[in-house]
Amino acid sequence: MNMTKIVRTTADVLYPFCLVFGLYIVAHGHLSPGGGFQGGSVMATGVALLIVSRSYTAILQRIRKEALKLCEAIGLLMFLVAALSGLYIGGSFLHNWLAGAGGLFGTPVAFGPNPGTFNTAGVVPILNLAVGLEVLGGLAVILLYMLSGLRENTP
Amino acid sequence: MATLLQHLPALLVAVPLFAAFTLPLVGRTGAPARTAWVFLGALLTAATGLLLAWQVFAHGPLLYVFGAAAPHVPTPMDSGGIPIRIIFQIDALGALMVVIASLSSLAIILYSLASDSRHSGKDSFYSLLFLLVAGVLGMVSTGDLFNFFVFLEISSLSGAALVAYRVDKGQAVEAGLKYALLSTVGALAFLVAVGLLFAQYNALNIAVVASRLQFTPLDQIALVLLAIPLAMKCGAVPMHFWTPDAYSTAPSSITAFLVVSSQASLYGLFRILFSLYGHLLEFSWLTFGWFLIILGVLSMFIGVTMAIPQKDVKRLMAYHAVSQTGYMLLGVGVGLAVLGNAEALTAYGRTAMAGGLFHILNHAMYKGLLFLTAGAIFFRTGTRNLNKLGGLGHHMPWTMVFFMIGALAIAGIPPFNGFASKFLIYESVFRFSPFLSIIAMLVSILTLASFVKVFHAMFMGAARTEFAQVREVPIPMIAGMAILAAVVIVTGLMPRPFIDHMILPAVNALVDRADYIAAILGGH
Repeated sequence: MNMTKIVRTTADVLYPFCLVFGLYIVAHGHLSPGGGFQGGSVMATGVALLIVSRSYTAILQRIRKEALKLCEAIGLLMFLVAALSGLYIGGSFLHNWLAGAGGLFGTPVAFGPNPGTFNTAGVVPILNLAVGLEVLGGLAVILLYMLSGLRENTP
Repeated sequence: MATLLQHLPALLVAVPLFAAFTLPLVGRTGAPARTAWVFLGALLTAATGLLLAWQVFAHGPLLYVFGAAAPHVPTPMDSGGIPIRIIFQIDALGALMVVIASLSSLAIILYSLASDSRHSGKDSFYSLLFLLVAGVLGMVSTGDLFNFFVFLEISSLSGAALVAYRVDKGQAVEAGLKYALLSTVGALAFLVAVGLLFAQYNALNIAVVASRLQFTPLDQIALVLLAIPLAMKCGAVPMHFWTPDAYSTAPSSITAFLVVSSQASLYGLFRILFSLYGHLLEFSWLTFGWFLIILGVLSMFIGVTMAIPQKDVKRLMAYHAVSQTGYMLLGVGVGLAVLGNAEALTAYGRTAMAGGLFHILNHAMYKGLLFLTAGAIFFRTGTRNLNKLGGLGHHMPWTMVFFMIGALAIAGIPPFNGFASKFLIYESVFRFSPFLSIIAMLVSILTLASFVKVFHAMFMGAARTEFAQVREVPIPMIAGMAILAAVVIVTGLMPRPFIDHMILPAVNALVDRADYIAAILGGH
């Protein structure tokens, strides 16, 4: 299934924006609506956009299934390692030991109503990022498998 | 070491999850590394589970608060006396289920290392298997309604994917789809019920909801929406139709664990009827007891009568699994029916429940063993059709011995463990209603008849020419079956210590609902 040049070019232009917007939603998960799953899905729609604008075989040269699966596995492992680190450092499984401790995501949250600072919330943004990676990999692989049955070269 | 013991409830889920998530990476380095990793993961998961259960049986219930600075304090100082985080609450009943899942997972993973060695796609297979184990372990240890739903979904989805894993001309895919669809509908009903409770009581923790429950009309709707999906997932009769398909087409190692996953749903059903709704059913304990009893009797009788005419050995065993679930429902149902009558409860109610809960342990062991032997025969002969099998006793002596142990145990013949739990059920149910006890014995006789037929069809007779090449199965498969067979024999020969130290504490955990709530909220 090969769409017209207009569609293909538009998809090419929009693809990086999809990824960046998805990453934005993931990264601001602890401040605004959204988070790992939502951002990861937005990034995966970028992949869907590429697939529908081109043929399945042409896409496989650009996006490798192996890389997406690796992405998924790394995301899942990152989540688990972040959770276990809380157990190791003290407290319990999933203990938020980075919050308010200074350094990475460690700025203490200001008291009272405020728009929020990016560099807060401790382990939560890391978990969001892990979930985002996992969902991007997982959903994109699912999309690739589901759309692999599309007929090639329909008019 | 002390810190490690302290974090056991978290590790119980974290270890199988870690194994599942690392497998796609380890699998890239080759088959030997993957096999070693899977084996190590299974060993560590089982060790964590057994150590945790030992802690609970020796020192009483365990709490674990996820994400808290101190994992043993359920209600933080500044929260106003209510728990705000996800809590794992493992009492004796949960620990009993953890023991079952640990032993069974170790046996089936060992078995599948050999039985699935000829197939492709092993990375995802074992990842899904560890996810299934993690889901079941989570279901039986969580003290949070929404968390229970999450683990229910994890076990259902990975279970459905595993049922459909070996495509088998589309049959397995159909069974997997059916299982996935029914599980999803059931889980959605469960989720609606959790929403109804959360909207009214602002809490998800089982103990907190239980302490606030008013039994409003919405709570009654929630009770139905919680109980029916769980009864469906454990394969009780009017909703048993997915079991024969799913159990017979899944790879045998998976079927053996699907039995445990069904029993985790049974655990959920008991937890909800006793711990969550316990005191509110006061005026209707008899009604709800009879609800379980009728489900149980229907399952027992229809399960066994459907099993007798089956030609496919795994389908036959699946109907027997439905039938055996009936015994558990009957035993615990009698306990629930007499919960308001202290005299009857001490006289026979607790014994009936002990029989029901002991049967969960026994059933997981001998039914798992039977499914593994069926898998061993399929592994060597390539067929599950009883009419095509015969004379295998000449070629597969170990498998035959294991099958005999399993078949005698399921039929309730002493000295195997099926007898120990069925005897408890017979004698206590007889004092409640002799008629029910007679049905239970009749079902046992039919079970024996059915398994004598299967044994004859598979193992007896002269050696056949078409099976001349058939040999005994590889060592890991024998080892997997031997673990389960050893448990069947030990619990059959010496049931007393198991009943005293595991089953009766589990019965008390169900009956003494106030303890469950006090563990979280403190006081009585």
